[in-house]
Amino acid sequence: MTTIAAAHLRVPRATVKPMPLTRITAVELRKMFDTRSGFWLIASIAITSVLATVGVILWAPDGSLTYSTFATAIRFPVVIILPLIAILAVTSEWSQRTGLTTFTLVPHRSRIITAKAISSVGIAIAAMVIAFAVGALGNVIGAWIRGSALIWDVTVTQCAYYVLGMVLSLLIGFMLGVLFRASTGAIVAYFVLTFLLPTVSGLLADSQHWFHTLQPWLDYQFAQAGLFVFDHVLTGQEWAQIAVTGITWLLIPMLIGLRLVMRTEVK
Amino acid sequence: MITIERLTKKYGTTLAVDDVSFTAEAGRVTGFLGPNGAGKSTTLRIMVGLTRPDTGSATISGRHYVDLPNPGLEVGVLLDASAQHAGRTGREILTLAQQFMGLPRARVEEMLETVSLTPTEASRRVGDYSLGMRQRLGIATALIGDPEVLILDEPANGLDPAGIRWMRDLLRGYADRGGTVLLSSHLLHEIEVIADDIVMIGLGRIVSMGTKTDLLHEAGTVVRAADLVALELALTAGGLTASPSDDGALRADGDTALVGKVAFDAGIALTELRAATGAGLEEMFLELTAATQRDGAPA
Repeated sequence: MTTIAAAHLRVPRATVKPMPLTRITAVELRKMFDTRSGFWLIASIAITSVLATVGVILWAPDGSLTYSTFATAIRFPVVIILPLIAILAVTSEWSQRTGLTTFTLVPHRSRIITAKAISSVGIAIAAMVIAFAVGALGNVIGAWIRGSALIWDVTVTQCAYYVLGMVLSLLIGFMLGVLFRASTGAIVAYFVLTFLLPTVSGLLADSQHWFHTLQPWLDYQFAQAGLFVFDHVLTGQEWAQIAVTGITWLLIPMLIGLRLVMRTEVK
Repeated sequence: MITIERLTKKYGTTLAVDDVSFTAEAGRVTGFLGPNGAGKSTTLRIMVGLTRPDTGSATISGRHYVDLPNPGLEVGVLLDASAQHAGRTGREILTLAQQFMGLPRARVEEMLETVSLTPTEASRRVGDYSLGMRQRLGIATALIGDPEVLILDEPANGLDPAGIRWMRDLLRGYADRGGTVLLSSHLLHEIEVIADDIVMIGLGRIVSMGTKTDLLHEAGTVVRAADLVALELALTAGGLTASPSDDGALRADGDTALVGKVAFDAGIALTELRAATGAGLEEMFLELTAATQRDGAPA
C-alpha cells in the first residue's frame, strides 16, 4: 500500500522558467482573431479596403485616378476600424470577464497590456501593408480599365507618415480601452472624440478668432491631419503640434488609464 | 500549501474580509465554507493577486502568487467558470491556457478527455455551454499545467450528481497524490463529503475551523429515550449541555460514549444513540452563521 502511494506522490518540479514576452504577445495576438467578431472586425479592414478601391475605380473623375486618391479613399474606413480593434482587445478582458483567467495566468498586468499594445500596433502595420497593396492593385487595374496613365504620386516618406497617423489613431483607441475598461463606454468616447470634437472645434475656430490660432495646438485630429495629406511636407511647427496634442490627448490619459489597470480589482 | 495571514479587505465601510488567517495543507482537501457574501471569493481573489488586501498576506508554498514565474504550472485556479468570452470554443480557451504556460499541444486533448468533454462539445462556442460544461472546462484549465495547488471557487455549481461525484473523486485523488486543494462552497453537503479540513466564514470573519472529524465531533450526539425530561436532567447533571431537537430527540454536546455512560448511570434506557453526523455540519453551519448571515436562522 505504501509503495503504491509513494509511486503516485508527485515529484517536485524542476525550476519553472518565466514566461517570455514574445509568448504572451503571440497568445494576445491569437486572442484578437479567435472569436467570430474579432476575426470579422479584422477581416473588415481588408474588405473595406477592396470596396473603397472599387469605388474609386468606378466613380473617380479621370484626372484624379492616382495612387494618392486610392490611399486616401482606403484611409477612411481603416482609420475607424483600427481603433475599435485596439479598444476591444483591451476592454474584452473586463467586459467578457476573461481577465479573471488572463490576469491569473499572467499575474503582471503590465505584461499583458504591453503584449496587447505590441499586437495591436502589429495589426495596424499589417493592415496598412494590405491597404497599400490593395490601393496599388486598384491603381494598376483602374489605369488599365479606364485607359488612363498610371500615376504613382506618393513617396515612401509619405507612406511612413500615413502609417504613423494610423498607429496614432489606433493608440487613441488603446488609450480609451485602458481608461474605460468597458467596451460600450470606450466606443462611445471614441466616436465623440473622432466625430463630435473636430466638428465643434472647427465651428469654434470659424467663429472665434482666438481659437483659430490655438486650434492646431489643441485639436489632435487637426494637428495630425497633415500626416495624411500626400502633397504636403510637414514643418517643424506642425511636428511640434502633433507632439503637443499627442501628449495631452494620448500620453497623459494613457498613463492615467494604465495606472487604473494596474490597481483596480479584477472581478 | 497555502498560508493566509491576517487578511483584511475593506470596501468603503464594509469589511469584506476581516482578519482572516488559515492554512490549507498539502495532501488534504480544505473546504472553505460560508453563506453568500461571506467573503470567500474576495479571499480567493486576494490569494491569486487579482485584489489587493488592505493588510495581511497570502502565500503559496512560501511565495506570493505574483512572484511565481509561470503560475499556471504551480497553482490551478478556477474562480468563475462563466467568466469566458462567449465567442470562443472550449478547445480554444484551453489552447490559450496551454500556450500561455508553454505546454505541449497534446495537453489540450488530454485535458478535454480528463474532464469528459467530447471533441464535438469542445468545438462548440462557450456561449452555448451549460453551466456544468463550463465548470468542466474551467477545471480543465486549472489542471492543464499539472499544478501542485488547486484553488477552486464553487466548482460544484451547475454539475449534475454524476458530475459532482466525478469531481469529488478527482479532487480526492489529487490530494492523495500530495496536492493541496482549497475549494469554496456554500453547498454544505459537498464540503462535508469531500473536505478533510473545514474553514467556515461568515461576514468576512472566520467562525470555525479544524479537521472535519473534530468539527463533527463538536457537533455532539443525538440521543433519544422514552422519558426525555429525565434524560435531559441526567445529562445536565452530568455536566453536558442538552437541548431538544426538532424531531423529538435530544442533542448533547458530548460524544456518544460519554452520553451513553451518563444515561446508563442514571438508569435511563436509550432508544437511540448516535453521533450527530449527516445534517450535523449543516446545523452547525446554520448555527455558527446565524448571527452573521443575511436571511437569519430558519424558523
